[in-house]
Amino acid sequence: HLVPGKTSSNFRGKTQLTGLYHFGAEFRRFSLERSKPGKFEEFYGLLQHVHKIPNVDVLVGYTDIHGDLLPINNDDNYHKAVSTANPLLRIFIQRKEDADYSAFGTDTMTRKKNVLSNVLRPDNHKKKPHIVISMPQDFRPVSSIIDVDILPETHRRVRLYKYGTDKPLGFYIRDGSSVRVTPHGLEKVPGIFISRLVPGGLAQSTGLLAVNDEVLEVNGIEVSGKSLDQVTDMMIANSRNLIITVRPANQRNNVVRNSRTSGSSGQSTESSLPSSTPNLLGGVLQGEEESDEEDIIIEDSGEPQQIPKAAPTSESIESLSQIELLHESTQNGFLPSSEVNLNHSAGSISMEYEVPEPGPKSLEEDGTIITL
Amino acid sequence: MPNPTPLLLHAGAPGASAHPPQLCVAGGGRVYPRCFFDGPPRYGAPGVELTGLHKETATVTQLHFLPGQGWLLSLLDDNTLHLWEVCQKEGCSHLEETRSFGLPGRPGCSPGITRVTVVLPMAAGAMVCLGTEGGAVYFVTLPTLTLLEDKTLFPDEILQSVPDDYRCGKALGPVESIQEHPQNVSRLLIGYSRGLVVLWEQSTRVVQHLFLGNQQLESLAWEQSGKSIVSSHSDGGYMVWAVSGTGQRTQQPVMSTIPYGPFPCKAISKILWRTCESGNPFIIFSGGMPRASYGDRHCVSVLQGQTLATLDFTSRVIDFFTVQSAEVPGGGFENPRALVVLVEEELVAIDLQTPGWPTIPAPYLAPLHSSAITCSCHVSNVPLKLWERIVSVGEQQSPRQSSAAWPIDGGKNLAQEPTQRGLLLTGHEDGTVRFWDASGVSLKPLYKLGTANIFQTDCEHNDSLNQAGEEEWPPFRKVGCFDPYSDDPRLGVQKIVLCKYTAKMVVAGTAGQVLVMELSDEKSEHAVSVATVDLLQDREGFTWKGHDRLAPRNGPLHFPPGFQPSVLVQCVPPAAVTAVTLHSEWNLVAFGTSHGFGLFDYYRRNPVLARCTLHPNDSLAMEGPLSRVKSLKKSLRQSFRRIRKSRVSGKKRLNANSPSSKVQEANAQLAEQAGPPEVEMTPVQRRIEPRSADDSLSGVVRCLYFADTFLRDAAHHGPTMWAGTNSGSVFAYALEVPSQEKFSERAVEAVLGKEIQLMHRAPVVAIAVLDGRGNPLPEPYEVSRDLAKAPDMQGSHSMLISSEEQFKVFTLPKVSAKTKFKLTAHEGCRVRKVALVSLASAGSEERLENCLACLTNLGDIHIFTVPSLRPQVHYNCIRKEDISGIASCVFTKHGQGFYLISPSEFERFSLSARNVTEPLCRLEVARLQDTSCLSPATSLALCPGCPQSLLSLDSPGSPEEHPAAFSPGPIDSPNSSLENPLDTTGDITVEEVKDFLA
Repeated sequence: HLVPGKTSSNFRGKTQLTGLYHFGAEFRRFSLERSKPGKFEEFYGLLQHVHKIPNVDVLVGYTDIHGDLLPINNDDNYHKAVSTANPLLRIFIQRKEDADYSAFGTDTMTRKKNVLSNVLRPDNHKKKPHIVISMPQDFRPVSSIIDVDILPETHRRVRLYKYGTDKPLGFYIRDGSSVRVTPHGLEKVPGIFISRLVPGGLAQSTGLLAVNDEVLEVNGIEVSGKSLDQVTDMMIANSRNLIITVRPANQRNNVVRNSRTSGSSGQSTESSLPSSTPNLLGGVLQGEEESDEEDIIIEDSGEPQQIPKAAPTSESIESLSQIELLHESTQNGFLPSSEVNLNHSAGSISMEYEVPEPGPKSLEEDGTIITL
Repeated sequence: MPNPTPLLLHAGAPGASAHPPQLCVAGGGRVYPRCFFDGPPRYGAPGVELTGLHKETATVTQLHFLPGQGWLLSLLDDNTLHLWEVCQKEGCSHLEETRSFGLPGRPGCSPGITRVTVVLPMAAGAMVCLGTEGGAVYFVTLPTLTLLEDKTLFPDEILQSVPDDYRCGKALGPVESIQEHPQNVSRLLIGYSRGLVVLWEQSTRVVQHLFLGNQQLESLAWEQSGKSIVSSHSDGGYMVWAVSGTGQRTQQPVMSTIPYGPFPCKAISKILWRTCESGNPFIIFSGGMPRASYGDRHCVSVLQGQTLATLDFTSRVIDFFTVQSAEVPGGGFENPRALVVLVEEELVAIDLQTPGWPTIPAPYLAPLHSSAITCSCHVSNVPLKLWERIVSVGEQQSPRQSSAAWPIDGGKNLAQEPTQRGLLLTGHEDGTVRFWDASGVSLKPLYKLGTANIFQTDCEHNDSLNQAGEEEWPPFRKVGCFDPYSDDPRLGVQKIVLCKYTAKMVVAGTAGQVLVMELSDEKSEHAVSVATVDLLQDREGFTWKGHDRLAPRNGPLHFPPGFQPSVLVQCVPPAAVTAVTLHSEWNLVAFGTSHGFGLFDYYRRNPVLARCTLHPNDSLAMEGPLSRVKSLKKSLRQSFRRIRKSRVSGKKRLNANSPSSKVQEANAQLAEQAGPPEVEMTPVQRRIEPRSADDSLSGVVRCLYFADTFLRDAAHHGPTMWAGTNSGSVFAYALEVPSQEKFSERAVEAVLGKEIQLMHRAPVVAIAVLDGRGNPLPEPYEVSRDLAKAPDMQGSHSMLISSEEQFKVFTLPKVSAKTKFKLTAHEGCRVRKVALVSLASAGSEERLENCLACLTNLGDIHIFTVPSLRPQVHYNCIRKEDISGIASCVFTKHGQGFYLISPSEFERFSLSARNVTEPLCRLEVARLQDTSCLSPATSLALCPGCPQSLLSLDSPGSPEEHPAAFSPGPIDSPNSSLENPLDTTGDITVEEVKDFLA
């Protein structure tokens, strides 16, 4: 049977900006057969192929059940890694020359608290101007195609990472009708379609969505039978981590996607081909979705105030450290979703999930509510 | 003569309502049918009401009761006739449609010619005659509804007896009226539009008497003895004709008068003649007013000898009849007891036996919307003491002028006595708050509270002018209480809170006024202390562009017994109050507007806290919704009062326009984007963007809440106040409230404890704190009066926040998310109203379950467990197009709810299997004919036009009866159970505000 696998790789943006990705982080999801994982070298080749980096030396790592980042560099630890998949295996790839070896080892994945607080202090960045260009936090994922292997070829599941960007999502939807094959022949059924992309918006810049694409699902929930207003509300409710399954109006692009992943060696061929089983990983979607749920709580220990002023004061900067990001506990065998695999000093471990945009931006966004 | 006058109802403009027409009867030995366009009926003796729903969506134009037989005939505007039967099921009466009938067209004639204009059920109960547009009279048997073709009377047959000089080759016109001879049932008086009136002997098919009228005829009535008739005409006059032997022609009436002449008058649409033992007969007619000066009045005139009263109604007169004893001995008098007038917006009964003809207060059907309803609030389990006090001040307020009993007394109410007293409070546009007894099936008015007299408005002046003018002739008398006109929209009531234990009430309005009131059994004269609270808190760059605040009247004011204001707090800027809450134990009232919220200590009468929630970029919040009003000149406003349509037509407009307003909304959003020109070609589209902090009106305070809980640490609990805004912010304050004895010495202090920003930024609709057992905290004084169990202060408390998109439970005092349910993400619907309700098991009152009830923008009601937030059940309740219905919904604490199905009618629903309020009543009917052939089953077989649904309106939804659909979607939560009152239900949404501003 198929083990859903997942890699994420993280490249410095300078040379690797290709195709769909404007920023450095790329995610790939594919399947491996758990019973016959093959050899490490084949796997290594597969990774290079999947990420289209045939001549780049990379370090491969994975997170084990304790949350440690461990290397994969021979058949033994490769097999061990595959056996821990539950069912997802999260693999991290770094360029060898940029790799930070200290990232591996126990507790690496749980150090994020410090990491976060470092990130949250904007002045830290300013002290290190030389890393501005290629720091991983400069490259957040903006979109990805996911579940390629479980969706029908004609469908595309697109994830838009709105969180922390200035760009609007930038698209509109409308009512329409689509033709379906039914036992009684062709039938027109109502559907929801993308009606417009705003130039410069997130949706347009990804190139993954187009006008007249039919929207089939929003975050794993089918939209058939729902009104335009309902679908609008669902999308807005999920807008910080929106996963839309569409039937692209231009089906020719599907072929391009297939040709990119096909032709690789060994198991990768079968595993990277889209499977025709439309398996909705609702749980996965739900689990991943949690990361957008971090409400901000400000605890107040201040003086009694008859009538506090609403305007931000200089104190508010200091109070930032009191912002506590709430996160949901681990679900579906995932790491706690809000964990940030980001090591500031090394800067080479991939960011697995979107992180609240640190620095002055978030200050400005939330400035009005900080009134301590 | 067992012939109660049928009530002909014309029920409004066709096609104006989205509801199918509904048909209502009230019943009994004397049954007076009435029909409503839509909405629940309440007729007969109080509690007696029957409801039927036509399968067709056409409008009901006429309704007739078949005397004594429990049958009802309805005529729809699609020209079909329907027979309804009152049948008994398990001892209770129900209304079922058994048959329908349509007149066959006449070959070679336009279909309009068979349009039915008059329906007259014959006293014998075996036949009904139908007058038509074409002038023909048809006879149809009952109850089989078969046409007796050989009896049909065509106008040609009449014309043969008409002298040539009268005939002049002209048609007689439509049949305007058919009346049975009061003594001889085989004789019919038939009136044609052109003015000809014929006395027709059915059995011999002979014209007995011709009255050659030349004035266009409107209606006819017999004098009871059958010796004379009266006819009313389109010129505003009526004529009395003497009826004598056979074969006569009468050219001239005995008497002809135009009562409101000599200037041109409008038509008298209906006239009645009732004999009276004590003197002159009553002549009662509608219309006939002088065209130029009073052509816009809706009047019924009652004339007895020299005594004339012109009853002046505020809405169109639809029909009227008199009530007298059914049996009038031969040669006796009718002696009408009461006059019942149905006008478009209410039903009024006039006592004709008491001098001065006072109105009889209605036990039901009081117009809810005598001024438009702007908000409502339900109080369950009202203590008997408070109830009696409210009833008593209400009685002092409107002393009964008539001792007569309500004249409509048919049927028997079988519903059980309500187990508890429920009070529904409605706030109105004119600043009044009305108290209704909502314990039973019908709403009974108890008390009316006005708040306008505290302010300087110009309406008193107007009223006195009007009064003076009306002393003259005609002798107008204002009747009925429907008065949709508000001189100052700033008086409108937005929020009401009532503490049932201390009889303290807070009423908050459109111009930022917050009135703290207390019930007093004595009249009083005192000054109201006034305080202003600046909610902008010196924020720069904002200028309020809306209406001014209301100027309070100075000096001591006189207050009648009832709720009397003690403190007036005015928000600055004077935007409409959007949330209010009261804690009578701490003497605190909290209020919020679109700019911020404030906390006021009404014991010491000083402000405790003010907090601005306005986003710096929000300019819309500074536009008052009423900014246009003040620019209207007074004279202009007065002329608008005259032409302004009633709220009913306003509602129709709303329904009709809602799709287009969505288009406008979408277009407005498009315009913001300044998209390329081709966008204008695209159909309705929706923009997908996350909510952002600087959306307009993000600072609107949606809910306020007081709780005694753990805010700062887990060891000490204390008073707290919570506020939620439109942009998903929650503010929590710890309050220092001095003990009861020290209220006057120490001030209340408020310290900001926590701020929570929900990342999805959806408006916060409600906040509630759950105790250690997961039960909602009790209301103030509930525990100290032994009416509720003390909350569990040992276990850790949690907080339930309901936004428009999701429900979330957080731990306290350290706020971290425990469980949540993302309703919008799963279902695509948004939360409009929520309440914590306690649902009792149908079997045992002891088994209580606390649930979260939620009404969505699609009109669905969802029930969730608390605090685990598991979806339990959901079902449709309100049509999703019925925006005002959804906005008006209130939940009670025990799982019932009310919403407006029209501007004048509340619908009650029940989520509880135990708490069901439904009309149970019985109508005794003595059928003259065997009706076994009419049992529903047979008639279904006989008649394809049988009803598919008969809808009883007052108790649509216990969960058992409805196909309970479980809402799908994953649930992430741990466990627990329980809850009750979240009384903060946000009444407005951003969309509604935008619509209003648009």
